[in-house]
Amino acid sequence: MSHKTMINIGPFHPLQEEAEFFQLYVDGERVVDVDVRISYNHRGIEKLDESKTFDQVPFVVERVCGICSASHPLAYVQAVEDIAHVQVPERALYLRTIVNELERIHSHLLWVGLAGHFLGYNTVFMWAWKYREPILDALEVATGSRVNYANCKIGGVRRDMTDEQLKEIDRLATESYGPVEMLTKAVIDDPVLHARLKNVGVLSKADARAYGATGPTGRGSGLPIDVRRDDPYAAYDRIDWQVHYEESGDVFAKAKVRLLETLEAVKIIQRAVRAIPGGEIDAKVQNIPPGEAVGHVEAPRGETFHYVRSDGSNYPVRHKVRAPSFNNIPTFKASCIGQEIADVAITLASVDPCYSCTERMCAAVDAESGRRMFDFAQLVKLSQEKTQRLRRQL
Amino acid sequence: MSEVAIPREVQVPLEGFVGEVLGALGDAVIGVERCDERRGFARIDPQRTVEVARRMLAMAGTRLATATGIDVRDGIDVLYHWCIEPQGVVVTLKVLAAGPEMTVDSIAPVVPAANWIEREMHDLLGANFRGHPDMRRLILDDSWPEGVYPLRKDFDQVRDRPPLPPAPPAPEEALP
Repeated sequence: MSHKTMINIGPFHPLQEEAEFFQLYVDGERVVDVDVRISYNHRGIEKLDESKTFDQVPFVVERVCGICSASHPLAYVQAVEDIAHVQVPERALYLRTIVNELERIHSHLLWVGLAGHFLGYNTVFMWAWKYREPILDALEVATGSRVNYANCKIGGVRRDMTDEQLKEIDRLATESYGPVEMLTKAVIDDPVLHARLKNVGVLSKADARAYGATGPTGRGSGLPIDVRRDDPYAAYDRIDWQVHYEESGDVFAKAKVRLLETLEAVKIIQRAVRAIPGGEIDAKVQNIPPGEAVGHVEAPRGETFHYVRSDGSNYPVRHKVRAPSFNNIPTFKASCIGQEIADVAITLASVDPCYSCTERMCAAVDAESGRRMFDFAQLVKLSQEKTQRLRRQL
Repeated sequence: MSEVAIPREVQVPLEGFVGEVLGALGDAVIGVERCDERRGFARIDPQRTVEVARRMLAMAGTRLATATGIDVRDGIDVLYHWCIEPQGVVVTLKVLAAGPEMTVDSIAPVVPAANWIEREMHDLLGANFRGHPDMRRLILDDSWPEGVYPLRKDFDQVRDRPPLPPAPPAPEEALP
């Protein structure tokens, strides 16, 4: 006899920084359906941008998310530069690349730490966040700020970097290569993690494409898509690097893709710092003609997509922001169904869902009595206990 | 308040890979506004959005990036942005949700990626999508009044903001 239970995850929880609401429908230990409710913290940024001048909008959109605060302004300025047919100076393109790759390293390390915590690997959590710290220092060296870099502007970047700054960024990035490589090998070679994460939360290639999955979520499912390579922007077509992807679509594949990308990002930074040309950093754009354009950028979580329409005035008529989690979170419908409850926390975490991107939170309620069964902390605990169990078996 | 007229149905020559993609859609494309190396903007027949979506998804390497709704003079302009990889092309297909009903056919039954974004456009702009599988609210709170669309051009954030709903009663059981 089956007894269906509804588990609410959200909308508020101390572990999570913002609100989002997942409802899991479970039959015994199996998840049979997932529903997501978002937008508890909708800030109306698209509406707000219509009352900002083209120059002010980058400072608004970098506040969409404290982690992707280099990607959003870049996607926006690329759309506006397309409308105004601006040729951005070479040096500015390299400076944009450096800041965006630093952002990728710190975002992926943050994810590795949280994923480690969900699985009961608190040492991984401590290490990953420790190695993330110098990268934030490098961002401070590069832009003057650890978050909200205020780096991009239409036609170029706002601040140049001196040779000493570039050397310091190179040093900090290079020093993080060893520890990240160690972390990567520790994850890829760990038999417990193989047992715990392989064949968990599988998102098939066809589903990934139908749901429009982007970034590591898509690449973990065998879609070799990366905006940096396919539609090159900044200096990505001037530097030698490669796209990492995995075919299996499980949580392990997504973790591996993220870790290998982190190492690749270090290499991109090293090459960009060594190859950066001199010259101007700003094309000095005067006005924006009427027109419309799209700009997209590979943020750490996936493609961030912006659409801008101009009517020739100082203000955008319409500015659409689509953050990567908006496309990645609906993939839970394909990846969570059929899973055990103990695997849900890590499957949800595997797409690196971002509250700022989209929004979230969690508790579990018996559908009939209304009694709270689990909250997100207990789901994490279930997940950690499963890892312990596997560890003892091996 | 700036109102933008819907662009006239211009026809630019179909060139390169973007031209091939738009050409493959045949006479479902009723106007091409831009067609260059990496970007295409075209207007499609409002009667044939589902057919066009099905054809787009069947092409190699396509995915629906997102859609944009714009409040224009004659209704809501809905722009579906399709990315095609590895060519790195973005093709934007426009369809106007015109008339007092502002309705177009939903492509969500064919393309799951359109599910959330169509719900968002319904919430914020009041566009209607015929045949959408799950048109519940996604962005707006349940207490938000019906028929108030915050992303419309005539919505003023100060003047038109609805009053906050009454606070819910305190829960009997304290959270752990």
